[in-house]
Amino acid sequence: MSVLVVAEHDNKNLKSSTLNTISAAKKLSEDIHLLILGNKIEDLAKSSKSIQLVKKVIICDHEKLENQIPELSSPIISNLAENYSHILAPSSTFGKNLLPRVSALLDITQISDIIGIESQDTFIRPIYAGNAISYVQTDQKINLMTVRPTSFEKCEETGGDAAVENISFIDSEVKTTFVSREVSKSDRPELGNARVVVSGGRGLENSDNFKLLYDLADKLNAAVGASRAAVDSGYIGNEYQVGQTGKMVAPELYIAVGISGAIQHLAGMKESKVIVAINKDLEAPIFNIADYGLSSDLFQAIPEIIKELDLLNQIES
Amino acid sequence: MKVLVAVKRVVDYKVQIRVKSDNSGVETQNVKMSVNPPDENAIEEAVKLKEQGLANEIISVSIGDDKSQDVLRTSMAMGIDRSILVKSQNTLEPLAVAKTLKIIIDKEKPDLVLMGKQAIDDDSNQTGQILSALLNWPQGCFISNLKIENNKVFISREIDEGIENLETSLPAVLTCDLRLNTPRFASLPNIMKAKKKPLETIDIDTLGIDTSSKIKTLKVIEPPKRKAGIMVNDVKELVQKLKYEAKVI
Amino acid sequence: MSEVQREELNYDVVIVGAGPAGLSTAIKLKQLDTNLSICVLEKASEVGAHILSGNVFETKALDELIPNWKVLNSPINTSVTSEDFLFYTKTKSMKVPNLFLPNVLKNHGNYIISLSNLCKWLGEFAENLGVEIFPGFAASKLLYDNDQKVIGVQTGDMGLDKNFKPKDNYEPGINIKGKVTVLSEGCRGHLGKEVLKKFNLDSNNKSPQQYGIGFKEIWEINSENHQLGKVSHSVGWPLESDTYGGSFCYHAENNQIYLGYVIGLDYKNPYLSPYDEFQQFKTHPDIKKLLEGGKRISYGARALIEGGLQSLPQMYMPGALLIGCDAGTLNMPKIKGSHTAMKSGIIAAEVINDHINSNKELSEYESKFKNSWVYEELYKARNVKPSFQWGLIPAMIFTGLDQKIFGGKLPFTLQHKHADHESLIPAKKAKKITYPKYDGVITFDKPSSVYLSGTNHADDQPNHLLLNDKDLSTNFTIEKYDEPAQRYCPAGVYEVEFDNDLQKKVLKINSQNCIHCKTCDIKEPSQNIEWVTPEGGGGPIYSGT
Repeated sequence: MSVLVVAEHDNKNLKSSTLNTISAAKKLSEDIHLLILGNKIEDLAKSSKSIQLVKKVIICDHEKLENQIPELSSPIISNLAENYSHILAPSSTFGKNLLPRVSALLDITQISDIIGIESQDTFIRPIYAGNAISYVQTDQKINLMTVRPTSFEKCEETGGDAAVENISFIDSEVKTTFVSREVSKSDRPELGNARVVVSGGRGLENSDNFKLLYDLADKLNAAVGASRAAVDSGYIGNEYQVGQTGKMVAPELYIAVGISGAIQHLAGMKESKVIVAINKDLEAPIFNIADYGLSSDLFQAIPEIIKELDLLNQIES
Repeated sequence: MKVLVAVKRVVDYKVQIRVKSDNSGVETQNVKMSVNPPDENAIEEAVKLKEQGLANEIISVSIGDDKSQDVLRTSMAMGIDRSILVKSQNTLEPLAVAKTLKIIIDKEKPDLVLMGKQAIDDDSNQTGQILSALLNWPQGCFISNLKIENNKVFISREIDEGIENLETSLPAVLTCDLRLNTPRFASLPNIMKAKKKPLETIDIDTLGIDTSSKIKTLKVIEPPKRKAGIMVNDVKELVQKLKYEAKVI
Repeated sequence: MSEVQREELNYDVVIVGAGPAGLSTAIKLKQLDTNLSICVLEKASEVGAHILSGNVFETKALDELIPNWKVLNSPINTSVTSEDFLFYTKTKSMKVPNLFLPNVLKNHGNYIISLSNLCKWLGEFAENLGVEIFPGFAASKLLYDNDQKVIGVQTGDMGLDKNFKPKDNYEPGINIKGKVTVLSEGCRGHLGKEVLKKFNLDSNNKSPQQYGIGFKEIWEINSENHQLGKVSHSVGWPLESDTYGGSFCYHAENNQIYLGYVIGLDYKNPYLSPYDEFQQFKTHPDIKKLLEGGKRISYGARALIEGGLQSLPQMYMPGALLIGCDAGTLNMPKIKGSHTAMKSGIIAAEVINDHINSNKELSEYESKFKNSWVYEELYKARNVKPSFQWGLIPAMIFTGLDQKIFGGKLPFTLQHKHADHESLIPAKKAKKITYPKYDGVITFDKPSSVYLSGTNHADDQPNHLLLNDKDLSTNFTIEKYDEPAQRYCPAGVYEVEFDNDLQKKVLKINSQNCIHCKTCDIKEPSQNIEWVTPEGGGGPIYSGT
């Protein structure tokens, strides 16, 4: 059977979460269809058809779909559902907002936030904020799932030439109107959903030194976090605390600077895809879970990293 | 305006979760249970609406065994007027929860339904959305701000990119983010008063809905422990590894 | 902060602390007079969540309080089936033949229980009788009338920030008044400490009070290693013979063992770390084997009161009673305090009932207590703990004679010489102790342990570990004792840091980690640390402990 992936996009480009979701779909079927609901998306359709794994791009282009109001998108998806064994959407706020409505319309129970695919009907998902992993099986005729993007590789965006099919818009009466979207107030991304997080601990010694981290964060377009020790010491505000009693984060890259790695902290970031630890103390427990460890004085290391990143950017441009 | 708040009883967020040794699930025996944290935000918002004079009756509903009375009493101690417990021995999936709530809503006819964006036990993040679809009411998920004026509802939603502002109308289903407000403490006199507030019990079997599980849990395991990676010699090596090996910068 | 308006509630009896003592008082009172209004305040987020105990339970007091407990689905299921007492050396263990064991160390007929679960059960029992229990509310202050009689307590303010400024969710504490207030906070209750001083309750004591620190971990172990109902105690390694302490290991339900260690807080070496002694103990070949393939599922620590009869204060005062471990009714040689605490609570209920309904004085407590089996038990036990100031072997020989031959009836009473905070020797005279590294398999660092206890205090609340003199630690305990707090605290609350501005070492207090054991309040050499109640509902969330 075929698999339908509901694309997350901004009417111009696909969000990378869509590419991760396509990779997940690959584990279920060779016949992957990508559904793009949006406004003025001819260009987007064109660029999407070159994704190698996608066999067909289905387009519904209508001005009412500009802002992805789920009340409008969900009936269009449920209308296509019978052709598919699986319908997947990224487990982002986009997918979470949308797919359960399809579940209601189809009277099928959705499986949320899968991180692994065991077989056509068996999936792995975290429960209790990732403190337990559940293997679930379902025999429903359509499998509705949201997919955690960071658990699957991004698929290649080129090399393919998928067919494009336009479907007509189904109007529904909707009382909700879009007002505005404020892309993160601060220049830095929000801690909870940043792709990169740079966190500081007590090794920074005082609040002035946190500036170093901000510089690094700006280079990486990262959010800034902190350990409880740093928050307790008054180096930075409570809202930056990562850990069991603070925010739980799972970015693609987590850089822990001067953080020893108390378990409360680890609980809040151990789901990160890649963890880097920079600490003077070779015995620091953070090194036990870091993918890359650097035992070095952070006051030297951070400026050096910034320099290296600049160098890298120069080479690239 | 009448407001209905859906509340779930879950393992307290401070409790360190333990997977059962037979891998059948998570240990809940003798474990402290509490109101699902974002549901507390929903309760707080309802109480605020009443304090502002916008709501005249605020009620809470929970689905679960007798012990779920605790979370309903807590909601009443925070200011909810009365509660309904839909008694069920089985744990319901989000679709069945939403169907159950719909029946209560058809009967109670609230103008606004508030609930947490997600339960911190199964982390499904579905019920509000499903309920909105079943009722064919506007949906507002993960809200961090709410303003109601002349039947118009202005909400801000926490989305991955930042904040989305929407305008909609009543009746509506809204799911609450932790940023919406700071839930109040139930004061001791209010806890006492809450013991005397009405709590109605309905047996789920009388509602005539399919509550059977559609999803079978095969096993529950502990998350794999992260292993130590490699130590790099210097910053240059680190940046190279991040760029070309891990491909994250 | 200006005086806030506080609501007031009135009860016949206000009980502080929902442990075995307080709950026994509450239950007995309702049994004596169902019309009495009774309120129990508990600082833990739920009943039992701050209860940590071995526990091999003697049912004597429960038999009196709830005779039909066996048919009431109580969490008392595991009879003691076998027991041994071991003497450990670093690699070996020697079993002390049961023949030589004093009767107090024999547990036939007792049960291995979780006291936390028992308190939960007692709490429900009490509520069914109409007792009002309020978990999540700390009694932070005592209320007195103009004649200095205790008239109730004030609950702690909720929702203050660390500078005592009200936050959005600020909820002022309320005054809860009672005809009688019962203090049953457990060992070293902070209100108990206040009344001891205010009413000179310990002025007639022959000895200063003695304390210990107890650790408990729950392990789920391989079923091949598990022997349901087995009770083991040990003395010896890793403790030096001049340090009072030993281990316990109880095989409970569900392939769990309760593994713990108790160390007298009269230890002398400031470099001793009770936590690390316990962690090291687990590396003994016997214990290591037992734990192999097992998993630690719980951790906690709590001070216990060991002084016994010589240190027991007067338990009544105007308007209030001090009971259980808050007073010090634990039977040290038995290593049991639950049944005695419960009995002290039952007696309290009888006295209070007579006081309220028949105008009798609270001072009746004294004679009632003296005529009870608790007193007799504590009398017989009185010489065991003080004999340990002679060292482990002489003490064991003496205890054997005292308990086995004389049945605790020797015609003299040994005294405790010093209070625990006086016992440390200066760091420069002490031998440094190097503890082995934690392996993360059977031994763990403090943060991992505290994490397991579910400990949490709302961010940004006032520190609840007060320094009476802020500079004293820097100028005194850090200098003279190399700050023992960083070692005696079982939760990593105290750390010593070098302050770049001051150019000297300073004491840092991570009060969020506090598991409410009270050890700092007891052991701090200059008695400079004052443990006060944090926001209600904070602290550990123990379950099954």
